[in-house]
Amino acid sequence: MTAPSTTVSFADRLLGAGFDFFTGVPDSTFKALLREIESRPEFGYVTAVSENVAVGVAAGAYLGGRRPVVVMQNTGLALAINPLASLAIIYRIPILLLIGWRGHDGTDSPEHRVIGASTLPLLDALHVPYFVPDRGSLDGDLARAAAVLAHERVPCALVCRPGVVA
Amino acid sequence: MRRADAIATVLARVRDEVVVSANGWISREACAAADRRENFAMLGSMGLAAPIALGIALTRPERRVVVLDGDGNLLMTLGTLAMIAHERPANFVHVVLDNERYGSTGGQRSLSAAVALDGLARAAGYADVRRAEGADELDDAVAELLRADGPSFLLVKVAPDADGDAPRVPHEPEEIAERVRSALAAH
Repeated sequence: MTAPSTTVSFADRLLGAGFDFFTGVPDSTFKALLREIESRPEFGYVTAVSENVAVGVAAGAYLGGRRPVVVMQNTGLALAINPLASLAIIYRIPILLLIGWRGHDGTDSPEHRVIGASTLPLLDALHVPYFVPDRGSLDGDLARAAAVLAHERVPCALVCRPGVVA
Repeated sequence: MRRADAIATVLARVRDEVVVSANGWISREACAAADRRENFAMLGSMGLAAPIALGIALTRPERRVVVLDGDGNLLMTLGTLAMIAHERPANFVHVVLDNERYGSTGGQRSLSAAVALDGLARAAGYADVRRAEGADELDDAVAELLRADGPSFLLVKVAPDADGDAPRVPHEPEEIAERVRSALAAH
């Protein structure tokens, strides 16, 4: 299967979808993406100290008129649950959550097993809409997530297994 | 100085600045002192008043942003001091109302009786770090910091009698966000 738009990086596709503020905590799932975002000044990437703080900074950026993205590993989703529940969701603040899904199939290292199996149930429990793209559906899922953010004004997640975002 | 009086002193000085207030009594007393469109009253998400303010300050560099933070809030996300020092927003004024207590949960002690929060901000690299004692000193310091280049940090020790009498913030969270966003968009 060939991914569409192979000549356009995922970073550029995020810009093309209208996202214009980027913060987060690194995950190896997004190594290439973060290398590009960190090195290109137009992304203005804000390095956050933790995923809950990143959600706070992104919420402030939305109040300032931006369309924010938070990058994180799914371990950080556990840290971000309170600000999602008691800030972003109740204030109706749309944030694209790019979540690297470690431990998705139970073969990852031990620290990823429990959170890996709990990632989608946690999002379900919070009623955070999400998409789990494969390489072929990534562009379409990004567009669908952007539409959810615009119309429902809630956080929305792209839960990405390693290798999905080149 | 009482916390509510310190909050009222700061709010009497602001004009078009955005004010982000920490959850609990600080947001309640800020709303009771001045119910402005430019006030973002944080209701939950403890620890995130300064991160929210940082997001506003970075995206709206032409507008000054004032944080009304608490000692318990700041201690919860202390790494934010490093982020603010690293990003160096000149329009960022970080006021910490330090009663050395978790005031909204019954006045349990925090760590700031023994740990100098202004020393942590100075070590992180804030451009301007001060401490104000009493209402006059606070008023003077706020007036200066609203004109100076930041990021600045102002520690205000307030009385430990933690309970307040301000009512709950009377706005739905969605309305609070929309008011701030539209107030910023109008400029």
